[in-house]
Amino acid sequence: MEAEHVEILNFLRKYSPFNELPEEELQLAAKNTSVAYFKAKTQILEFNQHIDSLHVVRSGSIETYHKDGSLFNRLDEGGFFGEAGLLRKGRVRFPVRTIEDTLLYYIPGELFNRFYDEYDSFADAVEVEEQRRVSHAVKEHENRNRTLSARVETLITREPVAIDKNASIREAAGLMTDEKVSSLLIYDGEKQDKPVGIITDKDLRKRVLAVDRDASSPVSDIMSENLIFIQHNNRVFEAFLTMLRTNLHHLPVLRQQKVVGVIALSDVARHESQSSLYVVSSIFKQTSIEELSQLVPDVHKSFVRMVEEDANSRIIGSAMATIGRSFKQRLLELAEEKYGPPPVPYCFLALGSMARDEQTVVTDQDNAMVLDDSFDPKLHDEYFLNIAQFVSDGLNACGYTYCTGDIMATNPNWRQPLSKWKHYFTDWIDNPSPEKLLQSSIFFDLDGVGGETRFAKELNQLIRKKAPKNKRFLGSMARNALNRTPPLGFFKDFVMEKDGKHRDSINTKRRGTGPVADLIRVHALAIGAQRQNSFARLEEIIEANVLPKGRGPDLRDALELISMVRIRHQALALEAGDPPDNNVAPEDLSDFERKNLKDAFQILSNAQKYLRYKYSGG
Amino acid sequence: MLYLPPDAENKQQKSTIDWPKRFQELAKTAKYPALKKYYEAGIASSSSPISHVPMVAVDFETTGMNPDKHGIISIAVIPMTLDRIHMSQAKQWIVKPRRLLTNESITIHGITHSAIERAPDFSEIIEPLLEAVAGKVWVVHYNGIERPFLQGAFKERLKESIHFPVIDTMEIEARFHRQKRSLWDKLTGKERVSIRLSDSRDRYNLPFYAPHDAMTDALACGELLQAQVAHHFSAEKPIGDIWLP
Repeated sequence: MEAEHVEILNFLRKYSPFNELPEEELQLAAKNTSVAYFKAKTQILEFNQHIDSLHVVRSGSIETYHKDGSLFNRLDEGGFFGEAGLLRKGRVRFPVRTIEDTLLYYIPGELFNRFYDEYDSFADAVEVEEQRRVSHAVKEHENRNRTLSARVETLITREPVAIDKNASIREAAGLMTDEKVSSLLIYDGEKQDKPVGIITDKDLRKRVLAVDRDASSPVSDIMSENLIFIQHNNRVFEAFLTMLRTNLHHLPVLRQQKVVGVIALSDVARHESQSSLYVVSSIFKQTSIEELSQLVPDVHKSFVRMVEEDANSRIIGSAMATIGRSFKQRLLELAEEKYGPPPVPYCFLALGSMARDEQTVVTDQDNAMVLDDSFDPKLHDEYFLNIAQFVSDGLNACGYTYCTGDIMATNPNWRQPLSKWKHYFTDWIDNPSPEKLLQSSIFFDLDGVGGETRFAKELNQLIRKKAPKNKRFLGSMARNALNRTPPLGFFKDFVMEKDGKHRDSINTKRRGTGPVADLIRVHALAIGAQRQNSFARLEEIIEANVLPKGRGPDLRDALELISMVRIRHQALALEAGDPPDNNVAPEDLSDFERKNLKDAFQILSNAQKYLRYKYSGG
Repeated sequence: MLYLPPDAENKQQKSTIDWPKRFQELAKTAKYPALKKYYEAGIASSSSPISHVPMVAVDFETTGMNPDKHGIISIAVIPMTLDRIHMSQAKQWIVKPRRLLTNESITIHGITHSAIERAPDFSEIIEPLLEAVAGKVWVVHYNGIERPFLQGAFKERLKESIHFPVIDTMEIEARFHRQKRSLWDKLTGKERVSIRLSDSRDRYNLPFYAPHDAMTDALACGELLQAQVAHHFSAEKPIGDIWLP
């Protein structure tokens, strides 16, 4: 006769995700359960071990931990583990050991996978639990991987040491010796204001001893002005990148416009160094395009490594953009070495994903040049064309392919004086039409990477000032942002890209991260957001209460998910020695990714509907 | 209650019966074909490490405690090893006892008169039962029920008995928790440690299971054996040191 497993059945019925199952499936699960007992402190699962069933804690408690032995999570009665392994490769990701004497129920993997596929509420419940654990894990991860995510303020060990600008160099040196600091902030009178300068050990050497300067002269003679500050809540990672980009080894840290400390390169370097930072520093050591192009494998390696280290898409995007920016900066330096100093000031712009700090390894070059208004085409344009051509060719050699839309500084339209650029933006915003803006949305993500970066600032200020007021402009931008839709039917009827080459795949950029960035840009323009990164823009958008409650965080998660699917896909290709691209085939996705991607596309689609409603008048 | 010598852990004797040899002999003399087949399937030798021995957790629900007066009403068997208890291979039967079914036993087991009225006689389930337990060492909690009741039922219907080794989790529990009570304990009225199934399970942090369902009790007993071996023995312990002498 039919065997009844009352105790197991009653137990499963009480706990998520099993309580989502219909009675007959629950009975099937109970009937197919296996049972095992483990004494306290017993290893249950080893990393990468094959796993064929879902493990449910019936009594006792267990802990899961990382490969390196640090704690990941604790579970007790009703907790389950092993689902990640079952949904992905059938291998254990997190080793498990018991804390107390523990009785485990095992639900066969085939059964679990079938439930996961057939019952959405079951799958959702599994994910809610996973999500809870992942967010827990992210916190743990942040604690451990401090270089990537620690905040600058955690490096501050003492109050800043400062001196008045009229003090003598000798007094300053004496103070630095007494206080055992390698840098000194210089104030002009009242200390409430921001410092006017900074001196370091190096300045005393280079600007005093080496040039035989009188030590009784005022310290203001040798200080560096135009300080570059870093915000207290910036990541250490960002501070390091800023130091490398600016070649400054000391950065004053601001909190609410007040300097709360100074961090030195040595403080930052004490954290474990990340490979991407090595790439950035080696870029500035190369002396030709050929040498620079030989760094491409290193760029790819650091990309793969970040993926393996579970960095999130924001960190990876920002690191890759910094690498891209560094290539540009180094190429500009090499160009100026070759063609001489610029006849009039200019600013080299990064556009699109680089300006947004959202680059991957598959990216073309989108750039432009803003020239000083004293620019005279007859006298100066040959020089700037040479520079633009040099940089553009160099970037192409380094893996940043020429822009097919010709949005490059080599195109005379995009190599214009500041006043002309202001005219461009004014015209785009004041006399908009979707057609006119079709190609120009990329200019609304702009960042100065070389030369007079204040030109870029001025343009961004102009955009921030004009865009929020102009409904027709926002409406046109919104309409264009709806041109690219997510592949909602992807998993049912496989809406594929029709370029022949990737017939069985989905373009994660064109149908995913691209449309998300587009729609975030429209909201950002509407509220005059300060920042360009999509995640940062979204933070400002959420703060400005533009989106219905909860939609902002959903959109952020969707962007993160689609970005990581894209990034992981590229990392896998690089590891396999294949050229990376944006096209992901459905069979390459795990069940988990597929399910979540489906949800992410739905969120994107809903966000597009809302965008249409808000800016296009329905 | 089963007699257990004090300090049984140290004085425990090895089983004197060579069960594989005994099974070979019994296979020759057994008349009933299914029983012959059962013996022919063999059994682990006393030197086998427990981790290598196929076992089966068994529980009978009966109308009373005396095999001569009472009958079997339900049987549950769950194949297991030291590593896993396999519910997917578990079997349960309700049978119609030839002896009186008291109202009391109905309330305890939750099996209704009508279910028992519809149930087959024990003779009809002998074959599937022997098939389910063939080659496996029985695991029960309290040796006084399952083997004696089974032997009684066999004698009554087939006119021949059945013999096999049994692991008794209650006896194992007694080895470790039934030391001789000191005079002080007796004077102060300190109670003896309970070795009943649910109390024993408690000591190993095993969950509470509602008693008196054959399948649940068999599972409870199988889990208890896993826990006992984890705490008191090693996986390499010869089965001969664990099953009843």
